[in-house]
Amino acid sequence: MSARLLELEDVHTQLTLREGVVRAVDGVSFHVDAGETLGIVGESGSGKSMTALSIMRLLPRSGRIIGGSIRFKGRELRDLAEAEMEALRGTDIAMIFQDPMTSLNPVYRTGWQVGEPLRIHRHVKTAASVAAAVGLFKKVGIPEPEKRAMQYPHMFSGGMRQRAMIAMGLSTGPSLLIADEPTTALDVTIQAQILDLLRHLNREFGTATILITHNLGVVAGMCDRVIVMYAGRIVEEGRTEDVFANPEHPYTWSLLRSIPRLDAEVRGRLQPIEGSPPDMARLPEGCKFRSRCSFAIDRCATEEPELRQVRSQLTRCWVTQGGVSLESQSDLD
Amino acid sequence: MTTYVLRRLLLMLPVAFLVTVGVFLLIHLTPGDPALILLGEDRSPQAIAQIHQQLGLDKPLYVQYVIWLGRIAHGDLGRSITTHQPVGTAIAERLPATVELGLAALFWSLIVAIPLGTIAAVRRGSIADQIATGISVGGVSIPNFFIGIVLIFVLSVTWRLFPFGGYVAFTKDPFENLRHIVLPAIALGTAGTAINMRFTRSSMIEVLNNDYIRTAMAKGASWRRVVFIHALKNALIPVVTIVGLQIGGIIEGAVVTETVFTWPGVGRLAVESIFNRDYTVVQGIVLLAAFSYMVANLLVDLVYGWLDPRISYS
Amino acid sequence: MTAEGPIRRTPIRLLALGRDYPRVAAAAALVLLLFLIAAVAPLISPHDPLAISPDDSYLRPLSPGHPLGTDDLGRDLMSRVLWGARASLPVAFVAVAVGLVAGGIIGLISGYAGGLSDLLLMRFVDALLAFPGLILAIAIVAALGPGLRNAMIAIGIVAIPVYARLIRAVVLQLKQLEFVTATRSLGATPLRLIVGHVIPNLLNPVIVQVSLSAGFAILAEATLSFLGLGAQLPTPDWGQMINSGAGFLNNDPWLAIIPGAAISVTVFSFNWLGDALRDALDPRLRG
Repeated sequence: MSARLLELEDVHTQLTLREGVVRAVDGVSFHVDAGETLGIVGESGSGKSMTALSIMRLLPRSGRIIGGSIRFKGRELRDLAEAEMEALRGTDIAMIFQDPMTSLNPVYRTGWQVGEPLRIHRHVKTAASVAAAVGLFKKVGIPEPEKRAMQYPHMFSGGMRQRAMIAMGLSTGPSLLIADEPTTALDVTIQAQILDLLRHLNREFGTATILITHNLGVVAGMCDRVIVMYAGRIVEEGRTEDVFANPEHPYTWSLLRSIPRLDAEVRGRLQPIEGSPPDMARLPEGCKFRSRCSFAIDRCATEEPELRQVRSQLTRCWVTQGGVSLESQSDLD
Repeated sequence: MTTYVLRRLLLMLPVAFLVTVGVFLLIHLTPGDPALILLGEDRSPQAIAQIHQQLGLDKPLYVQYVIWLGRIAHGDLGRSITTHQPVGTAIAERLPATVELGLAALFWSLIVAIPLGTIAAVRRGSIADQIATGISVGGVSIPNFFIGIVLIFVLSVTWRLFPFGGYVAFTKDPFENLRHIVLPAIALGTAGTAINMRFTRSSMIEVLNNDYIRTAMAKGASWRRVVFIHALKNALIPVVTIVGLQIGGIIEGAVVTETVFTWPGVGRLAVESIFNRDYTVVQGIVLLAAFSYMVANLLVDLVYGWLDPRISYS
Repeated sequence: MTAEGPIRRTPIRLLALGRDYPRVAAAAALVLLLFLIAAVAPLISPHDPLAISPDDSYLRPLSPGHPLGTDDLGRDLMSRVLWGARASLPVAFVAVAVGLVAGGIIGLISGYAGGLSDLLLMRFVDALLAFPGLILAIAIVAALGPGLRNAMIAIGIVAIPVYARLIRAVVLQLKQLEFVTATRSLGATPLRLIVGHVIPNLLNPVIVQVSLSAGFAILAEATLSFLGLGAQLPTPDWGQMINSGAGFLNNDPWLAIIPGAAISVTVFSFNWLGDALRDALDPRLRG
């Protein structure tokens, strides 16, 4: 039995869309240890949410996991019956979603909804579950929890709704919380509060967290390790401080250049990444990032690099695998 | 909330006014002089003039309208030209049978439509979905009088399971009452079944695509719980609208079905009155139909707000 | 899927539509076939639909010379059903035209002019909508007197609100669009705007609605005729044939069932076409 809390090995998930078959998750492997916080970063369409939904087995109708292994506490999730999976969701693995505005059911009171996992999994009576929800509201910093629990979601602000979602996720004390863009839909100040709350809860309960975001800045203060995804693949993986200090993939490098920093003078001007992500239904040969990459060499057009160790990180880039440092290259520009 | 109701009522006024004008003009556009119908053989000019005076037909049109409207406001719909019975009484006598039939039809349509529409939405493309689609297209394409006639032919003429028409009051014989209502209720309810099922299905499909459904599944809720607790309550909100309008439109559906099944309700009274040229009765029924429809519209809006906590009437 | 606005700028190309959406092609073919039957009914009918021949009454379907049998007066049912299409389809056509033209004018004026005329016209439309459709049709026929022509008018009036609202909504939407403002500032006359821009944009929603309301019109005509308020004897008409056939359910059920099937197939064809067109033309409604 593996010591890992969660371990993905060569997971392939595809979506059958009108435009064709899309390999949304293409050979993704990573692990999460107990109590650890892992960040998954990428643009929309990079496969980060599909990876999370594959773990939860909550893919849309068009989606299917076609290969690989997803083990949680040593159990292969792909082999579980739907009922066993249901018993796991909302108890040991919880997930919260991007848009708190639409993620709560508009016709039920928030306390009722937050207490629902307890009713489903712990067979708690409605009144007791709502009382538990009030307690959770207090824990996640919702003021006037008794009153709030009796209100409907539309009476909550975005930040409050996300707090309620987090309360719901934590109600059963899960070992793993998957947060899919938990702050994207929120104001900047509220974002910081929600991230604070997640960090705090992660420490207090020892819940391992997968934080999915398109914003590297969010990862910086939160995550022990970070995975960068592009076109359904992991392109870089490493400890957060290493990746930030020395990105070994040009995509990560451009992402870091595109976020504003206090030491901006050192890095030069804020740079948006040129070009757009590739059409997932018609991926090019070779490295998928090549068309947007300023470091590309001839080999990138024909052969796709493997994910290999370069210094302290794993990266999928011919240039850095060939021993070249991105920083020294870009200084030549 | 109160102010919202008041505002809605205020907005209804001009429409209600136009409706009364329309219904009033109906009788005056009618070719043929009611005096001639009333008089029968004796058609002397004096007699006609006398009737005109009695009925107020000698006054200008707008004066007649105001007088008529005043009477309506007092609940006086006039008297039947043929039976001389007050129109209000004539309608009131027939209304319970119509309402009973209408509610039975609605009940039938809902117990079929909601489960089937839900299953069709959840299992899209399945056999259940195809049956549902078939019913929803067929139900609105087959005239309900024809459905009635086929039902009579199969279940009453051939198999003799149900009577082919007529009415027995519930107070007189509850069992016979139910036996008599089955066929007309199915005939009348089929179009409603089709519409309600279509609504349930499309509304359910839309709701199932919502993020909160995914949230519910992420909580570990079973499919049954997701569909029946999380989705159905949301999905039925628009269905309530259409059902409310169907309640308001009971008289409309009853016209044909009551004729097919010789059901002594308002609808059949309307058809009889048209053939008897009894325009005061027709007028009364049309007015009733329009107003119950308008009131149903208003009630539906109010119920909608009660069902959907997001809507506030401020 | 590419995000297309609620309105397409170019009118649809029907042939291409039929190629891309087989349902549209099938439904359109069925509707065309019905029109064809109505057109050639006099040529393909085995008998005169009105010819009474008491010796041949109550013949069962598949009788020699009378494929669908004969009615109580010995009239050929096949011929009567074929001729019935000549009553139903023109009614649908005229009623939809009445609704479309009257509703269209109301909608155009209301949407284009706005202000008081919009307010008044829309209250008029609301008042029409306050009546359940069939009740309104019956009331109008009661006032005008029974008959096929009056039934057409009545059904057309019932169809006015849906077109008035539809067209007003499209006009209001168009008014917001830049190209309309631009053309207007270039000095285009209202008429030019309507012919050049509003009408092409209306085609798609109107085509869908026309098909759906043709289905309603045929159903309503059959209902009125069944009640005795539409087609009058001895015109062969489906609704009326069901009415008289209903009296012979005991021994000769097909006298009611065959015309009933004819109505159902016809209404179904139009509803099916409308449905298929809506799916094809309105990307928002695709499930």
